[in-house]
Amino acid sequence: MEKAFFDQDNINDSLDRVDGRLKVTGKATYAAEYQLPNIAHAVLVTSTIAKGLITALDSKQAERAPGILAVISHVNSPGVPAYGSSPAMPERATLGTPLRVFHDNLVYFSGQPVAVVVADTLQRAKYAASLVKVQYEKEPHQTDLEANISRAALPANVQRDKNSRYHDYDRGNPEALNTAAVKIEATYKIPTEHHNPLEPHALIAHWEAPDKLTLYDKTQVIKGTQGNLARAFKLPIENVKVQAKFIGGAFGSGIRVWPHVMAATLAAKKVQRPVKLALPRELMFNSVGSRPETIQKLSIGATKDGRLTAITHEAIAHTSTYEEHTERTVLATRVLYACPNVRTRYRLVNLDVNTPTWMRGPGEVTGVYALESAIDELAYALRIDPLELRLRNHADSDPEKNLPWSSKSLKECYAKGAEHFGWHKRTLEPRSMRQGQFLVGYGMASSMFGVHRNNAKARAVLQADGKVIVQSATSDIGPGTGTAMTQIAADTLNISPALIRFDLGESTLPDAPGQTGSTTVSSVGSAVKVACEALKQKLLQLAVTSPHSTLYNANPADLSVADGRIFKTQNPAVSITYTEILKQNNLPQLEVTEESKPGAEWQKYSMSAFGAHFVEVHVNPITGEVRVKRVVTCAGVGKVINLKTARSQSIGGIVGGIGMALTEESVMDHRFGRYVTADFANYHVPVHADVPQIDAFFIDEHDPHVNPVGAKGLGEIAIVGVSAAIANAVFHATGKRIRNLPITPDKLI
Amino acid sequence: MNQFQYVQPTKQKAAIEALVKNANAQFIAGGTNLLDLMKHGIVAPEKLVDINKLPLKKISHENSSLRIGALALNSEVADNKLVLAKQPLLAQALNAGASGQLRNMATMGGNILQRTRCPYFYDIALPCNKREPGSGCSALAGFNRMHAIFGYSDKCIAVHPSDMSVALAALDVTVVVAGPQGERQILFTDLHRLPGDQPEKDTTLTRGELILDIIIPDTPFAQQVHYLKVRDRASYAFALVSVAAALATQNNIITAARLAMGGVAHKPWRLSETEKSLVGKPVSEKTFQEAAEIAMRGAQAFTHNAYKLKLAPNILVEALKTAAGIA
Repeated sequence: MEKAFFDQDNINDSLDRVDGRLKVTGKATYAAEYQLPNIAHAVLVTSTIAKGLITALDSKQAERAPGILAVISHVNSPGVPAYGSSPAMPERATLGTPLRVFHDNLVYFSGQPVAVVVADTLQRAKYAASLVKVQYEKEPHQTDLEANISRAALPANVQRDKNSRYHDYDRGNPEALNTAAVKIEATYKIPTEHHNPLEPHALIAHWEAPDKLTLYDKTQVIKGTQGNLARAFKLPIENVKVQAKFIGGAFGSGIRVWPHVMAATLAAKKVQRPVKLALPRELMFNSVGSRPETIQKLSIGATKDGRLTAITHEAIAHTSTYEEHTERTVLATRVLYACPNVRTRYRLVNLDVNTPTWMRGPGEVTGVYALESAIDELAYALRIDPLELRLRNHADSDPEKNLPWSSKSLKECYAKGAEHFGWHKRTLEPRSMRQGQFLVGYGMASSMFGVHRNNAKARAVLQADGKVIVQSATSDIGPGTGTAMTQIAADTLNISPALIRFDLGESTLPDAPGQTGSTTVSSVGSAVKVACEALKQKLLQLAVTSPHSTLYNANPADLSVADGRIFKTQNPAVSITYTEILKQNNLPQLEVTEESKPGAEWQKYSMSAFGAHFVEVHVNPITGEVRVKRVVTCAGVGKVINLKTARSQSIGGIVGGIGMALTEESVMDHRFGRYVTADFANYHVPVHADVPQIDAFFIDEHDPHVNPVGAKGLGEIAIVGVSAAIANAVFHATGKRIRNLPITPDKLI
Repeated sequence: MNQFQYVQPTKQKAAIEALVKNANAQFIAGGTNLLDLMKHGIVAPEKLVDINKLPLKKISHENSSLRIGALALNSEVADNKLVLAKQPLLAQALNAGASGQLRNMATMGGNILQRTRCPYFYDIALPCNKREPGSGCSALAGFNRMHAIFGYSDKCIAVHPSDMSVALAALDVTVVVAGPQGERQILFTDLHRLPGDQPEKDTTLTRGELILDIIIPDTPFAQQVHYLKVRDRASYAFALVSVAAALATQNNIITAARLAMGGVAHKPWRLSETEKSLVGKPVSEKTFQEAAEIAMRGAQAFTHNAYKLKLAPNILVEALKTAAGIA
């Protein structure tokens, strides 16, 4: 009857963001901006030691401060039912226990909430918080990954799970490395990085009744947060409502329920008023996770003509003492290139810090940085163009799972990127290109991020006025989810996007997974698609079964749909509109809810997005300053739903990659176990002047296997590999291989 | 945040008296630094004396000197035609600092008096002699990548963060201040202190003294100038090292030179010996290399800032070359 969804031409129209006007006019309401009557303000008191016991917590002076409502700590917490009763003799949490807020007097990391102060104004809460006196008994702490590397171990959660992908992996004979004609070996380090979205984490917790909780929270995972709070406070799930309609960036920091959320929720319970808590910037470094510091050793062997014979990849990352954060650091190495012999090892070290978490492109960003740097080093060792070396080792199928790719356009990405960039102008030797006083470097790297998909539900409601409300409890941390869903719904229903309203960000809406792992379009988009498809089928059914319909008894196969009108393909004048169908059937509205799930296709295909980045840097040999002058990026991500927001995603990923490569580093003073770069004056995210012209291209992939919308997801792959491309360009410019990010001037001088 | 009183006097005398009367009062102008310090709990003044109503914004040229009111905004000064014509080095240094938004708020006096950005000064959970005399210097054996290589003491190795002040240190500037005892003039290079045993004292100003004007004399070296700053990103970061260079030359021979470095000491680091060594020498890379050697005498680095020993002379040479027109 019509073309498959992913073959439609209009889907990648650059529809303006449906919420753009609200955002730029300040009418979008973010978590901390909800105006609730009688709201109180909370300020955290956080530990100044990295490990030990709270021996005394004196809040008397604070409690006498003006406007104070309560000081809540382990001494007087209303308690979280799921924690159980506070023990007489506190014991350190067993691995895998999320931090139990105000449960006992144990300190697990510097910056841990030890009390929350609630007052009628923020200023008064802040002042009172400064009066809380906490005494500690310090215990020796360990926060230095390198100093504790001998404790690196296979994560316990991996040891327990035989299906985990993080087990030691050997393919073929990795010892072939020893006999390789050409071999390189190098160790790469990335520091701890913090997400630092511009909107700090914030929430308002409101107990509307003793057993009814509403959270206005900055979360990427609405249903997950709802479930987490319901379990923690032992409430029926429907008694917990979570709202996150607008989010000012998150990059993964909003995937978990963090201690400050529990602190505000406990505070609201205690004072029986809505409580607002917004993290000041310095607490963003201790409260909402980080990209883990990671040390990686890469060894690659190859034949003289550049065929990879063996790769070994060992990664050691940090985690906290109470939880294991594992991520996909070594997985890309198993599949990015056709290599018969591969070994990967993944280890964690437990340190007295807060738990790291997923940060844009988690794992892949880290691992591909090391792998793509090492491939570049190999290219120099072989004297082969780095792009040519990658082409020679292209993986035509998934070498780990031995499955065909559902689709793959990496070669096309290389070709298109190289052409737009002018890669052929690159000279092979390092330090061989100059412009004025600047050393010029060209670098490139491949990019990949696996396709993921979760179960998701969506509701579509056709109203009498012809408008369609589409709903799902997903969130939008910035990519333009509402816009993409509007387009998918409009294209499926064959109506104008102006007639669609997409609702998200509320736990009362149909179940959706969190906005994580580049899964939103593949999961929620598929649910929207099948819900709108079902709605359309219902309308078609009504059109041919209602006696008053002009299409009564028509064969659905003979019908077409356009602009909200069903008509006979051979005689378009014979038609009926969606709204006429409702009217004829006395229906005030027509509603469907559908669920979309991944299926058997995952046994038949391996699914991944691939891409390539090309970077030109200029390095000042006098000062060691690196400037990224140009970036061309190209990705094959299945169907691009909205070219404009997709380009924005790609550009944002490149900017994040520039930060990772050149500026971002959280430095901890291990004597104190505290970050000493915990503000925007010291933690350098790229500013406009650091960001050059970025050209983002896509290969239009027609992938009927990945999911009903044919989209693979873009959020993560946009940043994966960028730091390697930049580091490779810096080497090409200078002849200096900086293997510990970020590449700041002091390392090049 | 502490409760504090706020007054906005319109007379200089009243402003100074307000500070003399209350030992915990502080002047506030643009507030770009002080408000941060208050929010972080580093300072907690009982009273803020807002001096923005005082008539101290004038920029004029008289008696062969440029005179800039202490309340002139950084952005106004950087764009001022008299400043651009008479003292382009100052404009360059101003534009190298902070961001457009901050320069629109920050005043000349406030820029001079801004406090260090040492992370240990900013984290009230950690020892810092500048914030809490006697508590110890955490940077000494800590993270000291941004710290001093000249003039430090075992009590403090912090650096002064201002770019503008580096240019002022090079330009033979005099500062006019008024205090309870009346007006006096201070050489700019005598205004900031080295830490010694009292790192809590940034300047030689006494209680209640208020900067009124900055006087920059016309000099033969005001036009061949360059301010060169190296930082961790392209804009909006404090200097790793910066250099203000000013030269006068005749027939390719240097007749006068002024040099100051930023990011290397507790105060803008004037290089008088180096300046003297340049006089009478030909304009050449070799001359400047020799000057850089002299400039770096006595420099000593800590665990994380040894790069400054190389970066500083590199950019000193580069700044001189650019000032001399041979870059």
